[in-house]
This record gives sequence, C-alpha cells and structure tokens, in this order.
Amino acid sequence: MKLKAGIYWGAGCGGCDVAVLDVHEKILLVAEKMDLLFWPIALDFKYDDVRAMDDGEFDIVLYNGAVRNSENEEIAHLLRQKSKVMVALGACAHLGGLIGMANFHTKEDLLKRVYVDSESTVNEEGTLPQEYWEEAGIPLELPRLYGTVKTLDQVVDVDYYIPGCPPVPEQIVNALVAVWDGNLPPKGSVIGAGSRTLCDECSRTKEEKEITEFKRTSEVITDPEKCLLEQGLLCLGPVTREGCGSRCINSNVPCRGCYGPLEGVPDQGIRMLSALASVLEPKEEEAIDELISQIPDPLRTLHRFSVAASILRRKKI
Amino acid sequence: MSVRIGVYLCHCGANIAGKVDIDAVADFARGLENVTLVKDYKFMCSDPGQALIQKDLENKLVDRVVVASCSPLMHENTFRKTVERGGLNPYLFTMTNIREQCSWVHIDSDRTTEKAKDLVAASVRRAFLLEPLTKKEVPINPRTLVIGGGIAGIQAALDLAEAGKEVVLVEKEPSIGGHMAKFDKTFPTLDCSACILTPRMVSVGQHSNIELMSYAEVEDVGGYVGNFNIRVRKKARYVDSELCNGCGACWSKCPSSRVPRKGNVHEKLSLGPTTSIYMPFMQAVPAIPVIDRDTCLYFKNDSGACGICAKECERGAIKYDMTDEIVEFEVGNIIIAAGFKTFDPAKVKRYGYGRFDNVMTALEFEVMNCASGSTGGNILMADGSEPKSIGIVHCVGSRDSHYNEHCSRVCCMYSLKYAHLIKEKTDAEVYQFYIDMRCFGKGYEEFYDRLLSEDVRFVRGKVAEISKVPVTETEEGKLVVSVEDTLLGTVRRIPLDMVVLSTGLEGSETLPEIAKLCSVSVGKDGFLIEKHPKLGPVSTATDGVFVVGGCQSPKDIPDTVAQASAASSAVLSMITREKIEIEAATSEVDEDKCSGCKLCNTLCPYQAVKFDEEKEVSVVNEALCKGCGTCVAGCPSGAISAKHYEDRQIFAEIEGIFSGGL
Repeated sequence: MKLKAGIYWGAGCGGCDVAVLDVHEKILLVAEKMDLLFWPIALDFKYDDVRAMDDGEFDIVLYNGAVRNSENEEIAHLLRQKSKVMVALGACAHLGGLIGMANFHTKEDLLKRVYVDSESTVNEEGTLPQEYWEEAGIPLELPRLYGTVKTLDQVVDVDYYIPGCPPVPEQIVNALVAVWDGNLPPKGSVIGAGSRTLCDECSRTKEEKEITEFKRTSEVITDPEKCLLEQGLLCLGPVTREGCGSRCINSNVPCRGCYGPLEGVPDQGIRMLSALASVLEPKEEEAIDELISQIPDPLRTLHRFSVAASILRRKKI
Repeated sequence: MSVRIGVYLCHCGANIAGKVDIDAVADFARGLENVTLVKDYKFMCSDPGQALIQKDLENKLVDRVVVASCSPLMHENTFRKTVERGGLNPYLFTMTNIREQCSWVHIDSDRTTEKAKDLVAASVRRAFLLEPLTKKEVPINPRTLVIGGGIAGIQAALDLAEAGKEVVLVEKEPSIGGHMAKFDKTFPTLDCSACILTPRMVSVGQHSNIELMSYAEVEDVGGYVGNFNIRVRKKARYVDSELCNGCGACWSKCPSSRVPRKGNVHEKLSLGPTTSIYMPFMQAVPAIPVIDRDTCLYFKNDSGACGICAKECERGAIKYDMTDEIVEFEVGNIIIAAGFKTFDPAKVKRYGYGRFDNVMTALEFEVMNCASGSTGGNILMADGSEPKSIGIVHCVGSRDSHYNEHCSRVCCMYSLKYAHLIKEKTDAEVYQFYIDMRCFGKGYEEFYDRLLSEDVRFVRGKVAEISKVPVTETEEGKLVVSVEDTLLGTVRRIPLDMVVLSTGLEGSETLPEIAKLCSVSVGKDGFLIEKHPKLGPVSTATDGVFVVGGCQSPKDIPDTVAQASAASSAVLSMITREKIEIEAATSEVDEDKCSGCKLCNTLCPYQAVKFDEEKEVSVVNEALCKGCGTCVAGCPSGAISAKHYEDRQIFAEIEGIFSGGL
C-alpha cells in the first residue's frame, strides 16, 4: 500500500518545495511509493479536505517554513492531528530560518518598513494591512501576523527534523524511504544529516587558529585548500551540523549555518561567538574591539538561521 | 528514583546570620522540589556542623548535599571530605556562597535574604543534576626541579637534598648565588653576605643528591604533577667542566676585557676577573670559568687568532668548538625560584642616571662595597676620589604609579645599611631621601634607631630632580638634589658628590617565559601569582609547581629562605604521598562529536588539550586539566563538556535563580 503523504509550507520561500522536486528522476520513486494528498504549492487540495480526513491518516507530513501567522499555526495543529509522523523540513521549520531574523525587530517596524518606508513604495497615506476589513457589508479576513516568528516545534510536537536551507534533495528522499521502510530513528532526531560539525566533512586543511582580521567574501580571493575561518572569513562550519555535502564551502563560500547546531548545543550563534572570542589573536581590549568591529552585523551573521530557536529568541520589546 | 536533597545553612556566627534571615531561607528551602531535609547551624564547618551532615548521610536521609555557607575556595574541600565520610560520592555535593557573594556585600537585610533564597534555589536545581565522579591517582616522581640558583633556590634544593631526595638545580648564570652573592653585608645584622652564603653554595655544588646545571635554561616543561618532562639547554661555556680545576691560569693571561677598559671607576665595577674568560666572582660555584663570546678575541676574529687561554690551560679544558647541550629528564615537582631584577632608573630621566657621573644604582653600589670587587670595597667617585657627601634616594621605581605601584620592601633597609657602610668607610655626609621608613622585620626598627644616632640626615620627601645646573657657588661641580622636605615644609636644593638610587624590585625578564612553561600566571605587578595570598603562599594554580623568593614578590633574605623551606616541605609532603589524586571535575571530549577543527588546541592555559592526529580529534589530558572550562566555552560543536559543570547543570542553576522558588 502506498504511503499517504502531505507537504505544507508555512512562512517560507518555497525553496524547500523546490528541493522536493529537485530529486530529479527519484520523484518517480516517490510517486510509486506514496500518494501525495496535500501539497498547496503543487496540487489543488483544500484545507477542508484535510479537515475531513481521519486523525493520523497521513503517514507523513513534511512541514516547511516557520510559524509567523495564525494560518501557519492553525494548519500546523491540523496537520499534526492528521499525521502519524510530523517532520520539520528545512531551516525555517527547524530553527526559524532566515525569516526568524524578523525577531530582531518589532512587528510595527517591519510593517512600516515594508509598506511605507521601502524605497520602491509610494504610500503617502501610510496604509497598512489590516487583519479585518468590511467593504460593502462583505467581511474580509487575513491571517493575523505574529510579533514573533516561531519554529515548528514551538507550536506543535515534532517527530523529526530535516535541516538545511534548502535541505539536500537526496536527504528528503532518504527520509521518505525511512518512513516506508519503518526504519526510523528515535523521536526528536535530526535526520538526513550527520552528528558532527561541518569541519568534519570539510576537506580543507585546518591548523591551530588565531584570527587577526575578518574579511568579507568580496574582499578576498581564497586559498581553496585552507580553512576559510583561518583566512579571515566568518565560516560557521565549526558550529554547524554536517550533511549538506559542503556545498557552499566547495564553492569558496563560507558556511552560513543553515544546518543548525549539533545535538546538545542550545544556541548556535552564541556558541560561535564564544568560539570566536577564544581564538582572536589580539589580547588588548582596544585591538579586540577593532577586530570585532570588522564583523558585519554580527548578531544576524551568527544567528542567520537560528534566531527563533536561540536562547534569546527575539529582541526585547 | 527520587532524589533527596539535604540543604545545610550555615550562620557563620553573625557573618551570614547577621544579615540573612536564616529561618526564612530554611522555610523557603523546605518548599523546593526534591528537598527532603533542611538544617541550619552556627558554624557548619565546625566538627559538630560537619557531623550533622555526616550523620544524615549515614542514616540515608539524603543523597545530595547543598551547603549554603562561604566561598568554595574556603571550604569546598572540607565539605567534600565530610560528604565522603558520610558514604556519598563527594561530587554529589554542591556549595552555595551566601557569605562573600551575599551577606558580606549587601546592605539591605530583606533583599539579602531574598538573594540567599535565589542562590539556594539555584544550587538545589544544580544538585538534582549532579553526577558521581571518580578521582584518579597518578604516581609522583621523587625528583624535583628547582629553577633559579639564588638563595631561594639554594635553600630549597638543600632542604630537599638533605631529606634524601634528588634535585636538579638549573641556574641561567655561570654560577649560583644570585643577587645575594653580590652583597657585602646584609641588613640588619651586618653579617658578611659571602660568609653565610658561600658555605651553602659549596654544599649545593658537592651534594650527591643535587645535580647542578649552571649556565643553563629550562626550555620546555611538559606533563603534569608528579610527572613533568623537562628539557634544559646547557649553554656552551667553552670550558670543559670535567677537566677544569678553576686554577685561573686562563684569565690571568687573557688579553681581552669584557668591561670597558677606558671606563671610569663606576663603569669598570666588577666582582670577578674583568677578562673575556672569567668567573662571575671568585667564590663561584661551580668554579669553572666561561668565555664571553662577544668580547673574546678568538671568537671576534674569524681567523681564530688569539687562543691564549687554550695555550695556558695545562689540562686542555678550553674547548672553542663546544656547543649548547640539550638534556631531558623527568621530575615530579617544580620550584620556581627565578628571582627578581632591579628597576632600570634610566626610565626616570629627571634623576640623570646614565647622563651624570656619580649617579649610581643600588646594585652598583653593592658591588662597589664588596671587598672582593674591583674597588676592594672602597667607596669611590667615578674619578677614583673619595666622596664628601652622598645622597640615597628611596623608592626609585617603587610606590610610583608611573612605574611600579608596589613597595619593594627591601630598599628602606638596604638604604640604611648603605648609610652605615658609608659612615664606616668614609667621612662623607649621608642624606636619606625617603617617603616613609618601612622597617617592619625583626631587628629592623632597632637598626633604624641605630642609624638615627649615626649622624645620618633623613629628609622626608620624594626627590623631584637631580641636576648639574648650579645656582649658587656651593653647587658648582656638584649633583644638586631638589626635594620638598615635607617635615620642614620647604623645597630644598642639596648639593652632593654622589647619589645612590635605591631601585625597586621587579619580576625578571625571563619570568613570563618561565611562567608560561610552567602554566603559572604573572600578575599585574610582574610577579608570579601564588595559589592563595594567605593560605597558599608558595603553591600555584598548577599542582606540583611552587613559587618562592623574589619572583613571587619583593622580599628580604629571611622571608625568602623561609619561603624556600616552606616550598621544599610542601614538595616533600607531595613526594611522601607517593601518589596524588587528580581532580575529577575535568573537561572531556566526546570523540563522536569532535570534528577536529583544532579551535580548542591553543586555548588551554595548562596545555592539557592536544590533537590526536590518528583519530583526528582533540583530546584532553585529565591529569593536566584543571576543569577551568576555557576549552568548553571555545568548542564550537559542543563536543567538550566540563564534568561537574555541564551546560545542563549551569542552565539549571540559572533557571533556579529566576524561578523564585517555583
């Protein structure tokens, strides 16, 4: 019997959905083994159809995207109820992702930036989206935008995580194969990735580190054999789970951390900060300040994908 | 299985109970999750206090212990032992500091009590997550390394050797003896320095348990307490110590000189022969000369001209082709007795040292006073005449925020000694320019009293300037000391023939390097940091490494000798144990998680983290690890954890603080 599967996007960019398609000819294998009953980006299938299903009827649901409005959350609860296995797919569902960086701002600031202040916008009246509106007696309702972006597991119980922005397509297939083989790891595991950091699979040579300067990728032609961090590029490889196949690093681009921290590390960004602080070459306070000031936007650089899952979670309001 | 936590609150007399409402904290603690027993006592560290805990453990009333009292530095070990006696693993105990971090530092009693509650709540949460740890034992090598052959190192080495233990004494100069060997007399007894030091130096040279490596430097220290691996570089003397008998034929004919030939009396000051092949002083141990390569004609002329000393030496001991020798050996303990250096007064430009003749340092004045020195112990001006007036300027480079804030402790006393020697040897008038007279040791105040009646002029004030610009006729050709005499309340100009600068004591140039090798910290003042200023004055943060003498802080000979004996007895105590327990709360690497990024490799202040090239992971040597957590904080993948201070334990503590007892 075929597995019943669903794929949903919360607050995401659609990249994870594309990654599912990126499995190329293996999509045939997917089609052979499972019925995709629900996939809003690709199939016309309504929420009410899901509501009509039995509890636990989905064998597996892949939820990508973060939770940042009432619709994301409502469907997360619905799908949880209707599925046996709930998987957080991709960095947004796993850690809040890039979208989680909204937590460094207030909801009001964000709306003002997008709908009033942005360079390409003309909005002299300062009109902002409303959750509820009546026009000619017809009520119009939009999902409510939350002030804080959440990870999927901050809203519902999650069985497994497939990390990445986007996840490596083969890893998605592997996860599906694991479900139909009934070969699942302990609940709460990160699947489709390794248990060590990216440095373990990274083929560059590594020495004892002493950082003397930070550079941006545009400012340097890197040595393809040497550790990027040792070349002054802020590579998050040391704090990031392996499994992506070093896609960025092999292209001379430092790791941005999308696969998230290792098991037992509560805060990827702070962990990197702590590690960096340990290997700065200067020992005098002023020289340290000078070096640190070379890191562009350290808060967002270090927490690019993991703000919502970090210890602080958001800016203080 | 449920956890039963016992909370023991200490009043510390009124130290804690005077500020913290103990009953309120006890009631609060009773309401905390997993707490099954709360007791308080006047002094928990006392025998009856400890017995309380021990009995509860023996009666199996609790299986975790929280003691809320003073700093862990003070009594963590005390209570660990108590808990162990009660039959519980000592690491299932944790301490809450409600004294130094609470009752002593706050004013408002209610809020202090609230803080004490929060701290107890934090420790209770932590206690819940504690895990038993097992201490390991390592054997102790009975041999000891002593670094530095001044009076401190000599005393320590002799104490140990006399107790039948082997010692390797490494001295960087050609002879042991240190600063003390340069002194003529010692204060306040005025006994002859050489007379009391030389016999000990000879004993060191002859003792069968002491291996003396002079003209040598420690290059590497590896390993850990009980098992240090040492590498020493023995510098080439160009004289074979097996063959040389110290007859002196070599230097008596040496044509070149290591002191400036045309210099004045002060520039030519020297204790030993002034030739290029020389002994630093005649009582040197070992009595083997060395060749000063910089001035030796043989080495200066590539052609190898000269070679006179080799021709003069009947035993063929001169070996121009000698090279540095590296020796490696193992020891169980290390005593650092690396001594001090004196402040360079050229930094204080207004005192004219290096610009004016007859402004000299205390150490130069010592050498001049030495009967075996180049002036035969006569106090002379640079031109060889006898001075009619001498000023002694105190606190040069000491007690001065521009240079060193510390008091060098010995300058007041040696300045008094100089005044006495000048009075004894010359007819000169003597001025002492002092800020405060600090004569604190045994017989010191009496010596000051004695000097007060020896016609010495004491001027209380810090010298502003020493100049050679005469204003009056009497100042012509003199050094003029400008000083505010704070007792007279006036500024004075005092013309003098000669000025001695009582330079302060500083950590020696090589001290930071030695400190790094031995994993000992150097303080802001430039001296080595001991384990505890009061209770661990000769131990350091690194087990098996001890500090004594002038490298730990400025001190006089009696204190130095006392400290040296203290360190040697501490070492003996270690050796006698034969084995030592190693702290169990160390870091450990989860090899499954370590990615081999090497980020932690340079962080360890104790050199405990190394990279295993075969496994491609970093490893922690538990015997070296102090559990400081530096590598834990540095590890990006969370592969290193600190046993007894795991993340989850620390987070639990933080949550406890904010829990308000919920």
